[in-house]
Amino acid sequence: MPITDNTKTSQEETMITIESMHKWFDDFHVLKNINLEVKKGEKVVICGPSGSGKSTLIRCINRLEVHQQGSIIVDGTELTNDLKNIEIVRSEVGMVFQHFNLFPHLTALENCSLAPIWVRKTPKAEAEKIAMEYLERVKIPEQAHKFPGQLSGGQQQRVAIARSLCMNPRIMLFDEPTSALDPEMIKEVLDVMIELAESGMTMLVVTHEMGFATAVGDCVIFMDEGEIIEKNNPKDFFNNPQHDRTKLFLSQIL
Amino acid sequence: MTLLSFWLLYTIIPPIIDWAIINSVWTAGSRKECWDQMPTPGAGACWAFIENRIGLFTYGFYPEPLRWRVNLSFVLFVLAAIPVLTDKLPFRKYGLMYSAAFPFLVGWLLVGGWGLEPVDTDQFGGIMLTLVIGVTGITFSLPIGIALALGRQSKMPVLRMLCVLFIEFIRGVPLITLLFVASTMLNYFLPPGTVFDLLLRVLIMVTLFASAYMAEIVRGGLQAIEKGQHEAGDSLGLSYWQAQRLIVLPQALKIAIPNIVNAFIGLYKDTTLVLIIGLLDILGLGDSSLADLDWAGLANELYLFVALFFFTCCFSMSRYSLYLEKKLHTGH
Repeated sequence: MPITDNTKTSQEETMITIESMHKWFDDFHVLKNINLEVKKGEKVVICGPSGSGKSTLIRCINRLEVHQQGSIIVDGTELTNDLKNIEIVRSEVGMVFQHFNLFPHLTALENCSLAPIWVRKTPKAEAEKIAMEYLERVKIPEQAHKFPGQLSGGQQQRVAIARSLCMNPRIMLFDEPTSALDPEMIKEVLDVMIELAESGMTMLVVTHEMGFATAVGDCVIFMDEGEIIEKNNPKDFFNNPQHDRTKLFLSQIL
Repeated sequence: MTLLSFWLLYTIIPPIIDWAIINSVWTAGSRKECWDQMPTPGAGACWAFIENRIGLFTYGFYPEPLRWRVNLSFVLFVLAAIPVLTDKLPFRKYGLMYSAAFPFLVGWLLVGGWGLEPVDTDQFGGIMLTLVIGVTGITFSLPIGIALALGRQSKMPVLRMLCVLFIEFIRGVPLITLLFVASTMLNYFLPPGTVFDLLLRVLIMVTLFASAYMAEIVRGGLQAIEKGQHEAGDSLGLSYWQAQRLIVLPQALKIAIPNIVNAFIGLYKDTTLVLIIGLLDILGLGDSSLADLDWAGLANELYLFVALFFFTCCFSMSRYSLYLEKKLHTGH
């Protein structure tokens, strides 16, 4: 049954493989022996106390941070000092930041169409059409011609998500996407993320939004002091944590 | 306070108006003729002096039959400025291409050669010389300054060190010293017999001097850009140059506009320093005109005229920069 086999391999396709990876900031050992495998379409939620290295971990995946030991392979491309590889990985991995990092001198639409035009060499008209589609998908087409400074935090973060999606990435990284938002805006961003998760995107999300983790997460990773302490499916993770540090952390945030 | 101000204005302004307008004389052949037309000698401004010498002040010693080339250059300059200063223009791309070619076009037009009668650069002078030095310094110092600022932040140690050395050396030396170097010392470094035009040397020195300052101003702007902007560019897959050009520089330059224009204005006024090494710009020519016996003693009129000329240029630059800041404000 070759056909079934094919389907099976594509479902089981590994998107990210991290093996015995270490990272130091000067003398400070931020990430210790990280091993992680993410399958296509999997949604991984990473949580842990601040300073535990969770942001650094996902920033290593698109080489915003450089790891010193071990290997990171993203969709078949190993991250080394080779700029070509970094370019390939970055064009396939989208990232959403805590502080949005929209380009303030460009409108929402220009923010979205910039990378397709310059990196993918998409013709301007087409790039803008695609950008408009994604702005509709994050439900703010009417804000397309406003500048980021004229939008609310929740709207800015949704533009940032649309901006990443315009590059048609295979993996999306979210670095605490809701922690800089006012409470009433968190939901509108989470709704967009949940919809994205349901569309089958591979996602790594650093967040403390446990509602999001249980709703769409395939697995939850708990990190502390640069190590992955516990990895489990959301149900068991929250109801039956194995490790003392996880229990302590959960008791503090829930 | 208000009353005091009014009183001050009341005592200062009427005499100035009397002098500059009511009692002024616009046509006369010499200072004597001028003062003969006034109630008392010197009671009014003798603008006839400026009028008499305006040709000299504008064109310097540029040969009279060829002055159309200067006039044409000035028209071309205005045309070149339009596409740079305004952005809602049809065919702006071609306009900008023309603006880029403009310095070379006008260089050819003014100096001659290749079919035009050559004019020695010693004959440049007056407003025209001031504009040549000022415009050259302004147009070339910004791109060079940006390159130096980026080089100073580069991760390549050799490049970074060269840029730092250059900037610190040029900034550490007064412009006058550099101009003296241009006028005397450069000849020692060049092989004997090479003729290296004095004006060209001065242009290079003024441009380098302005570039070093520009580099520091641009660096200030670059440092104001948050790390997140670079990261966003990186994460979208933009290359270093794309990120600089599309994301970092537009923001950094916008922040730096007031300082950039400030430097431009300073540079423009510093062009008067060239009179020290014998180039006669508007101030130098004015000074030498004062030595003419027919017109001696009219320093007030002359310096007021020169001041007015510089003020007009600098004030329009500063107004334009305010307009630009307003236009680029995007609510953040």
